[in-house]
Amino acid sequence: MNYHVYIATERKEAILDPQGKATQHALSSLGMNAIADARIGKFIRLDVQAGSPEEANAIASKAGEELLANPIMETFRIIETKAA
Amino acid sequence: MRTRIVVFPGSNCDHDAHYAVKNILGETDTEFVWHKEESIGKDVDLVILPGGFSYGDYLRTGAIARFSPIMKDVIRFAKDGGTVIGICNGFQVLCESGLLPGALMRNDALKFRCTFVDLRTENTSTRFTSTLKGGQVLKIPIAHGEGNYIAEPEVIAELEANKQVIFRYSDEGGNVTPATNANGSINNIAGIVSKEGNVMGMMPHPERACEAALGSADGLNVFTSLQNYFQELRGIRKAA
Repeated sequence: MNYHVYIATERKEAILDPQGKATQHALSSLGMNAIADARIGKFIRLDVQAGSPEEANAIASKAGEELLANPIMETFRIIETKAA
Repeated sequence: MRTRIVVFPGSNCDHDAHYAVKNILGETDTEFVWHKEESIGKDVDLVILPGGFSYGDYLRTGAIARFSPIMKDVIRFAKDGGTVIGICNGFQVLCESGLLPGALMRNDALKFRCTFVDLRTENTSTRFTSTLKGGQVLKIPIAHGEGNYIAEPEVIAELEANKQVIFRYSDEGGNVTPATNANGSINNIAGIVSKEGNVMGMMPHPERACEAALGSADGLNVFTSLQNYFQELRGIRKAA
């Protein structure tokens, strides 16, 4: 079975995110002062062949650990898994 | 000094490195190795991972280049004690490969910076810096958008304790301050060596500063240091 696994990567909180900061400044200049901060990460869809959603997630997690996120500065999490 | 320069799709300082080592240093056994090759060849002294934008910096800088076929052999070579330099994108590839600790993030000012910087020499007892004097300031260009060096605090402490930081962004007088930091790197770190001392990564481009016509010949020190190192090594081997 084919699954779409959606993964988000984010910079760790302690790490400066200049793109996010610039975006927050732009939002603030639009008058959206309620937005205190913005953090920019990546959103990745993997098409995974697996027997179950759990198996698809396990495969996607391995991809996250070994390539999609750099553990020195990023974390990743699976946002959604659904049959393709 | 048998030198091999790895060419990734998107490398763009490979010819600069080749010219510096072959034409300026006079090391005739200097060749390119295409990233699809599976071996760097026999009896290689030095491998250079050059600057550029390997694989268009997709995913993260250096992240995909690490999986190029040639990298298996480069990693094997480095783990066997072989001498490897990563310049700019090459430094990013070395970090992604785990051959050097840490990572390189977007410059704190968000700008791609292309300019001469001053670097203070922090450790002259490495094979990459032996022709330099302690504290000597080098004028070498940078050209990068992601050179902001970061590592866990305990990794930084270890790098500092072992004198693995070899260059820091400074001013002309060798003063290292936040104002002289080119990109936001922790402790103004511009270049480091591995714990074993055989792998070196730096964001500035020594290969682009090897003759006066280019505005500075200070970068040549990195290559003459290596030339001396391998000449001495051969002398010792012969004597033995």
